[in-house]
This record gives sequence, C-alpha cells and structure tokens, in this order.
Amino acid sequence: MSQGVEDLEPGHRLPPQTYRVTRADLVRYAGASEDFNPIHWSDRVARSVGLPGVIAHGMFTMALAARALDTWAGAPGRVLELGCKFTKPVVVPDDEDGVEVEVGGTVKNLTEDGVHIALEVTSGGEKVLGMPKAVLLRG
Amino acid sequence: MAVDNDLVGRTFPPTEPYTVTREKVLEFVRATGSDFDGRTAPATFPIIVAFGAMTTLMEDPDVGIALHRVVHGEQRFTYTRPVVVGDRLSATLTVDSLRQVGGADIIGTRSEILDEHGEPVCSAFATLVHRGEEAA
Repeated sequence: MSQGVEDLEPGHRLPPQTYRVTRADLVRYAGASEDFNPIHWSDRVARSVGLPGVIAHGMFTMALAARALDTWAGAPGRVLELGCKFTKPVVVPDDEDGVEVEVGGTVKNLTEDGVHIALEVTSGGEKVLGMPKAVLLRG
Repeated sequence: MAVDNDLVGRTFPPTEPYTVTREKVLEFVRATGSDFDGRTAPATFPIIVAFGAMTTLMEDPDVGIALHRVVHGEQRFTYTRPVVVGDRLSATLTVDSLRQVGGADIIGTRSEILDEHGEPVCSAFATLVHRGEEAA
C-alpha cells in the first residue's frame, strides 16, 4: 500500500482501518488538542445538553480519518486536503471496550495534484461523519 | 439574539504565535495513534491554532455569540505544506458567510495559518452552528 497510492484506479477501495476508542483515549485527546469541553469527559454535562452520554470530539474522529490516510499513503504529511461534516456523535461508553470507529476510503479520481478519496467513517454500522473526503499528494 | 449580519467579511487579529514543539506533536500523535516520523505533525494538528482563532471570534463581546450554544458543524483543511516541529504558527480568522436557519446562525469561518516567515501553511475552514435560545 505504501508504494503507489498514485497508481490506483478510480473506484479502488482502500483497506478499511478499524480503531477502538475508549474514555481514556478521549481524555488523552482532550489534553493533546486542548479541547476540554466537558461533554467529552463528563456524563453529567453530556446528558444535561441532551446527549445520551459522553461523546468523542468530532475532531478526534476526524483525526482517525487522517490516521487512515497516513496509513494508505505510507507516510505522514501527504494530505493536501481533508474535510467533513460532524453529523452523528460517537457515544463512548464508560467501560474497557469503548466503541469501534471504522474508516474506509474509495479512490474517486486522479488529478495532476492529487488522489481524490471519498471516505466513509462509521461506528456501529452508522455513518458518523458527513461527506468526509480527502486529497492525497500524488507521486 | 441572532448574530449581526455585518459580521460577514470581518477579519480578527492574528493569534499569538504558537511554537510547534516535538513534545506537543508527540502528545497529539500518541492521543490519535498516528505514525510519527520525528518531524511531521498529523493533518488535524493545526486545529489547535485554528481553535485559538475561533476563540477570538467567539469571545468577542461585540459579536454576541454564547459559547455554550456553539456546535462545530463542519471542518475542512487545505494544506500548502504539512506542519512540522519548529514551526511558529499564527492564525487569522475571517468570517466568510453567515446565514440563519431555523433560529440558528450558521457561521462560516476561514483561518489562514501562516508560519514565522509569513508563508502560508494551511487554511482551516470551520462552520460553527450557533443555536438560537429557543432551540438551546
């Protein structure tokens, strides 16, 4: 995979990447990103704003999409563009298992500048990011 | 109270320079399980700097945004080059668009992130959804 994302044909499906997310991951991400919104660590606050419980930072889920892109590209620093809507919160239960997030990708087209990829980011079989897409550097 | 329409086109002062340290990148790499080549920050790392610029907008008393009613609706990055250890980054936010939908303000922002030489590194586009009081 690390050799030649640029040679892929449109329609090629990149190998899906599955990541497990626990409460501990959210605490680490809060510190790393400096986003300390309590809906990402306090059930009490999350429920008070109508959520079923603590949810992952949308930007954490997006970071997992970026991680999959690095894996497909074979190295970090190859992303030219990355975007998504935050459509469905990823609820992370307070247990050892947490929840799984799966990142899939399909090559849409190749341009001179890059490889355009439509992403699919799901948890429990449901899409959690809206229209996630990326462009990877070619060559 | 809805956010005023004359916010569109307004540019906020640049954020204080943020030095990208190896330790901070490593912390972000570990938190997201990413690979690290000793130098390159993960693609979403510049959100730290962009959030700083968004905070400048949201905390401006003249703008009229209530922080607890803001939801991050959409995010997009375009990169001139990856962020690397040693960069000193500053973000300048401009409000690109504003529309009202169902009592909420949908605020489209663009933060231009430059390095210490004033050269562009990346642009961070964030859509902030500011829910109306009746919807909150």
